[in-house]
This record gives sequence, C-alpha cells and structure tokens, in this order.
Amino acid sequence: MVSLELRGITKKFGSLVANDHIDLSVEPGEIHCLLGENGAGKSTLMNILYGLYQPDDGEIRIDGERVSFAGPRDAIAAGIGMVHQHFMLIPVFTVAENVMLGGEKVRAAGFLDHAGACRAVNELSSRYGLRVDPDAVVADLPVGVQQRVEIIKALTREARVLILDEPTAVLTPQEIDELFTVMRALRASGRSIVFITHKLKEVKAIADRITVIRRGMVVGTPSPHASEAELATLMVGHDVRLGVTKGRAVDPAAAPAFTVKDLTVLDEAGHAVVDDVSFDVRPGEILAIAGVQGNGQTELTEALLGLRAPAGGSIRLDGKELAGASPRTVLRAGVGYIPEDRAHDGLVGSSSVAENLILDLYDRPPFGRRGSLDMGAVRANAEQRVAEFDIRTGSVQAPASTLSGGNQQKVVVAREMSRPLRLLIAAQATRGVDVGAMEFIHSRIVRERDQGRPVLIVSTELDEVFALADRIAVMYRGKIMDIVSPDISREEVGLLMAGARGGHDR
Amino acid sequence: MSEPAPITESPPEPPAAPPGRARRLIDPVVTARPWVVTVLAIVLALVVGAILIVLADEDTRAKFGYFFAAPGDGLSAAWSDITTAYTALFKGSIYNPANTSSLTAALTPLSETLTEATPLIFGGLAIGLAFQAGMFNIGGQGQLIFGAIAATYVGFTVTGPPVIALIAGVVAGIVGGAVIGGFVGWLKAATGAHEVIVTIMLNYVALALLNYLIATTVFKDPNNPQPVSKPVAGNARLPHLAGESLRVNAGILLAVVAVAFAWWLLNRSTLGFQLRTVGANANAARTAGMNVGHSQIMAMVISGGMMGLVGVSQVLGTANANNALTPQIDAGLGFAAITVALLGRASPIGTVLAALLFGALQAGGREMQAAAGVSIQIVTVIQALIVLFVAAPALVRGLFRLRGGAGVEMGLTAKGWNG
Repeated sequence: MVSLELRGITKKFGSLVANDHIDLSVEPGEIHCLLGENGAGKSTLMNILYGLYQPDDGEIRIDGERVSFAGPRDAIAAGIGMVHQHFMLIPVFTVAENVMLGGEKVRAAGFLDHAGACRAVNELSSRYGLRVDPDAVVADLPVGVQQRVEIIKALTREARVLILDEPTAVLTPQEIDELFTVMRALRASGRSIVFITHKLKEVKAIADRITVIRRGMVVGTPSPHASEAELATLMVGHDVRLGVTKGRAVDPAAAPAFTVKDLTVLDEAGHAVVDDVSFDVRPGEILAIAGVQGNGQTELTEALLGLRAPAGGSIRLDGKELAGASPRTVLRAGVGYIPEDRAHDGLVGSSSVAENLILDLYDRPPFGRRGSLDMGAVRANAEQRVAEFDIRTGSVQAPASTLSGGNQQKVVVAREMSRPLRLLIAAQATRGVDVGAMEFIHSRIVRERDQGRPVLIVSTELDEVFALADRIAVMYRGKIMDIVSPDISREEVGLLMAGARGGHDR
Repeated sequence: MSEPAPITESPPEPPAAPPGRARRLIDPVVTARPWVVTVLAIVLALVVGAILIVLADEDTRAKFGYFFAAPGDGLSAAWSDITTAYTALFKGSIYNPANTSSLTAALTPLSETLTEATPLIFGGLAIGLAFQAGMFNIGGQGQLIFGAIAATYVGFTVTGPPVIALIAGVVAGIVGGAVIGGFVGWLKAATGAHEVIVTIMLNYVALALLNYLIATTVFKDPNNPQPVSKPVAGNARLPHLAGESLRVNAGILLAVVAVAFAWWLLNRSTLGFQLRTVGANANAARTAGMNVGHSQIMAMVISGGMMGLVGVSQVLGTANANNALTPQIDAGLGFAAITVALLGRASPIGTVLAALLFGALQAGGREMQAAAGVSIQIVTVIQALIVLFVAAPALVRGLFRLRGGAGVEMGLTAKGWNG
C-alpha cells in the first residue's frame, strides 16, 4: 500500500498564489479530509496531484520516491484515482462499458471483453458494498449510483489513493451515509482517501486526519475531535457565528399573499414532474421547499416564473392569476427570481457586471428610454449595487465570468432585489458560494422576509432549510409529501425526502 | 454548506501590483490580445502568400534548380518576385507614385479600394449583427439577391426626381433582404428550424428565382441578347462622388451610416442589448423576461436588410457596368461577408477595418495580375489564410511563441473543479 506525500507544493497563476508551499501526507488506510472554502486552493492542489497542473515548486513523493506527473495517465499509473464533482461518465453507455472505457480489454479477434468487465464490476461491488447493476445504462441511474460507478472505475484502475472531490454535494442524507460506509470499507482494505469538502459535519463524521487550507496555505491540522465552531474558525480565518438571526415570526392567521393550487407540470414525455402541488406563502414568511435534487423543484420554479407552461392549476400572487403568464409578466408583477443555476439561467458570463445588473430592467427608465440605453444610469446603478452588495470585482465593466462564484451570485441577488418585490423566489441561492457570500445572501433573504415579503426558497441543503425556513414543504417525485414546522427533527425531514410519508398535518 | 449559515466576512483580496510602463507596452503583445493575433495573422498570411508567389514563378523555380551552384540567382529572383508583386498590390490599392499625372489618377487606387470595400462593409455588418444575436447567417447570398431584385425592379419602374428615385431603390433593397431574413428568423422562432439549414436552402431558392425573373418580360432587357435585366434608371443610381472616371460612389457614404447605425444598435440601444444577451445566453435572457423568438426575428430582419444593401450597392452602384441584374450579381459577396465578419470579430469597427483590408487586397490584386503577372487567385489565398490564422489563435501564438491570454489561466483558477 501506498503512502503519499506532498512537500512544499506551490502554484502561481500570474500574481495569484493558488498554492503556497503546501505540505500534505496521506498514510495507507487513512481518510484525510481537505477542508477549505471555495477558492481556497483545494482543487488546484488536487489537480496538481492528478497531473492536470504542473507545480511551480515542491515535490510529490510516493512511498518516499519522488515522482512527477505529466498528465492524469501518469497519476493513474502511480495508483491515484479521482472522482470528480461533475462525473466523467458517458450517459448512453452501460455501467460496465463506462468502467472499461479507457482501459478496454480485448479478446481474440478484437472483441471487447464485456463479460470480464461485468465480472470486475460485480466483484468490486460486492467487496465494498457498492451496489450497482453492470448492465444498467448510466443515464437511467440516480446520481448516487453514478458516483458509485465513478468509484468502481477508479478502483478497476487499481487506485490506491482515491481523491473524492466534494462527493456529497449531490446526495441525500441517506446516500451520504451509504457513501461513508463504502469509504470505511475502502479504508479497511488499506486504501487511502483524500476527501475534499467544506461541510464540517461530514468532516467530523468520517475524517481520520484533517488539513485545513485557506487562501492557498495550510492553516492547521486539527484533530477530528475539534468542534465545528473551531473548524469553521480555522477555515474562514476568524470567529464565525453559526445561525441566522430572524425577526419576529409571522402571524399564523395572516392571509396568504402567494397561493399555488393543484399545480401540475408535464415533462416532454408527458409525465407529471410537478404533480398536483398546492402550498401558500404568507407575507413575512419563508417557505422552504426541501428535497433531493431532481424531484421536480426545478420544474416547479420554472413554472412559477412562466418558463414552463403548467398543464393545470393556478398560481396567484396578491389575487392576480399568473399561471401561463410570460416570464416578463411574472417579473413585472413583482417577483424576484434567483435561478438555481446562475451560469445557465442567471448570468451572461461574457457581458459586464453592469449589464448583468440590468438584465431585466434594460428597457425601462432610467436605463432604457425610447430605445436608447442611458450608459450613465447603467454605470451609476452598477456602482451603487456593487457597493451595497459588496460585490468584489475589479470594475463594473469586467465580464461577469471573471468573478468568483460567490460574487457572481451576489450579482444575481443584487439585480433581483434592486426593484420593489412582492414575492421572492430563491432556488439554491447559496450553491457553490463561499461562507462569507452565503452569510450575506442569507441575511438579504431574511431581510426581505422581515420587511413583510413572502419568500419561497428551494434548497437541497437541509442546513440551509432549517436555518431559514418558517415552514418546510418536502418534495418527492413531483409531489409535496408534507408541509412541516422547522421544529421537527432532521431525520423526519430526511425520511420525507426519501418518500416516506410522515404523520404531520398540513 | 454544512453549517447552519456561519456568519463571516471574506478576507479582502490582496491588492494587485500596479504594472510598470514597460509591462503595459509588452503585455498586450506577449499575452496575445485578440487584435495582436489578428495583426500577426495578416503578417503570416502575407509571408505564406510570398512563398506561393515565388513557387508560382517558373523562371525562379528554374533558378532554384541550380541553387547550390549559384544560390544568389534563386534568392535574388525570389526577392524580386515578392517585391514586385507586393509593390503592385500596394500601388493598386493605396497609392501609385508612378501615376500621379492628375488628381484623379492619384486617387484611383483608393477609389477602387473603397468601391470594393463598400459591399463587404454592408455584408460584414449583416453577418456580425446576426452573430452577436447568436445566429449564423449563411444566407447572405440569398438575401442580397432578394435585395438586388427588389432594388432593380423599383429602379427601372419608379420614375422620379434623382433623390426620391434613389431612396425608393435603396429602401426596396433593404426591404427585399429584410423580408427574406425575417422569414428565416420567424421559422426559427416559431418552429425551431435551424437558421443554417434554412438560409443555405434559401440561397438556392433566391438564385433560381433570379434566373427565372431575368428571363421574364417584366425584367428582361429586350435590347440585350444576354439574360440581363433592364438597366436601373439614371436617377436611381448611386451618384459618383469624385467625377465619372472614379468608381467610388455614394454607397460608401451609405456604408458609413450603416456602420454608425450598427454601432449604436449593438452598444447603445435596448434592442441591441436584448440581441446580445440572447446571443450570449438565451436561457438567462428568457429568465430575465426577454422574448427570445422576437429577438431572433429582429436580428434576422436587420441582418437581411443589411444584406439587401449589398444587393443595392451591386445594382445601383458601380460594381456592375450597366446597373442591371445579371445571373452573377451576387459575386460571392454573401460568403465573402462571412470571412469579413469573422476577421472583424463581429464588431462594427472591426468589420470596417476587415472590409477595407479585403477591398484593398481585391483592388491591389488586379494591379498585381496586370503589372507583376501574379495570378489574382493569390489574393483569394491570402484572404483565406488570414481567416484561417485568425480562427486558429493557438497556432499563431505557437508560431510567435506567445503566452496564451492571461484571462484564460485566471479563469481556470477562479473556477476550479469545485465550481
């Protein structure tokens, strides 16, 4: 088995030092957590280890021997396997085909050894509890299972050090538990795992050793027994307060401002992806839609904004029917919308920050007058929003794609909150943003609530749901399983997310 | 996001070191900004063109046959080939010191360059506008033919005082191109039909319609045995700007107006903002409440209208000796416009520069053929090579040992795999 050591790894991009003399050692049979905020340099370090980047300084040693990787091929040959956050699988291939891809074994006359690949999958699958059918087509599998395929793929290449890059981001609480079981089995077999994350609970649950990285430097190697607050302080660099301060709770007797009734949305194949959904939101209340990704939340929010035509049901905001209305009508009715995928739906990466800040207001005064844009107003607006929302950018004319994830999201939030709202819909508002930006975005969402606005958030993160929600609606396979108070336990919500109906009344 | 909303502030970014004066001069070159790549691409294309000029000369090739006996012969012949050809290129397109007997003679090369550049400016703007809105308009040929047909018809039927007749012809050309372009946009918005397929097919439709119409009694010139339409009335022609012997005409003024319009549209109008947003990210545009289908139709209407102006400058201008429709009225300008727009990176100013360069190459190429005996096809090759090198910036950077754009690397770190 292998012991791996990184010594003094340094990587610079221009004037930015992404990795500054990082030391890291991984022993056989160890789960080593690499903890750090987004942009701390975790990915750069792992890309160096996997041969995708060349370090400017420092060395990689395997079993005490110095090695250098010109590319991933060298790293794989040295026994390093990587499971990327975004899976590198071919959706139309079966599990076995994906596993043998790149290392195809051929029998006589050039036939692929398909049976051999299936055997290998079955063997690994039973040894480590990685349940998966080798003949299943990858596109049909849930993400949790796809992740198992990636792990099997790495193991068939004899990976002895496995790098898992943010593996839990796409999983349900139950799937995370299963992944941890697999990781423990791998550890027992003497393999080592580098587990990249910024989730403190997971670190505490599974880590044997922890290395915390901040701004490209190792800032500590705390014991796994350290408290979450200690870990968070180390990761962020100063004391952090865990939790969000909310104003007074809403009057439960208040009339709802936003009402969705019997809403049904069909997908292209005619299946109900949002199935007879009803809920309401009162002024000054945050209703959180919880659920595992892919249970209809995306289609629900798209239907609410008018991006998808509902097959039935009604959507009423302050008594006005919005079902079937165009996105422009919905936005002009006072809906603020933070889409779940900012790069896809929220921002134009090649356009400037200033332009992104007026994406929905460009044709109205003060920005657009009689077909002409008032560049002075656009610029003044941008400078004001950048200051108000603490958007870190060199210039308001910089393309939005040059900003960090957190600052990109602040651009979206700033835009949506820059006009008077009657409803805020925020889907995955803090996905992929750093702790600082997350806190800021949460506080702005809560401020909308405290000012008496109805707020609908959609989140797959239970922590976020419990921190913000006044009520929690759990979605499973297009249906609302139940609407519960945030006082109930995480386990109960976890069960609802997995489709087990609880005993609570609506 | 495992913690229930930890509250903190991100640490401030380290201030970037201010670049020195020398760095400010060197950086754009070594990091290969787009315009540097473009300039280097032109240089490279001229170098390759020079090699081809030498290779195409039989006498010089013969001298290289005994290269090791007398290397000077081959080298001096090659040098003389290149200098003769490129001098002629310059003389034909910009200024010919040997021919300055009169102001007219001295201005002839520039007049030719501007005349050749005029339709390329309209065409380049048309393709560039569509490109900014996320549409690849391959249908320039068809749109300019429709524009030319409409302009010609109005040109020989509507009688009126000079300015009115001209305006009627120009407007007819714009409308002709805009209608067919808008039809493509509508097809895409309403049915999802891909504009590349539709425009290619409409090119054939337009050409067939042109050939048909020229033979009908409505269009056919009874005094001409060839398939040529009746000539446009004198009042509807674009007037010469500097006397009858110089071809440069009011089309270039129209092109200046078109450039100003395109610049305003893209950079200062709400419609242009909408078009660019839809072109860069249609999903974000839709989410922000923009009507994507409407944008696509508008983009193709404007692009088609601009292409119609190419047809106008062909039949009402001086490119065509008798100001009439011929089966070759398009002169391949619908496709040349694509290369101009690519070289100009779809921006109005870049398009003007690219069109002037291609116009100059075209005008100079004729002089090169006449004076230096170098085939005008070399010019086409140089134009193609420029676009090829511009399209492959990594190749140019590699040949000149330049670093990749700094933005690319920074983008990678900013994004990482944790996204």
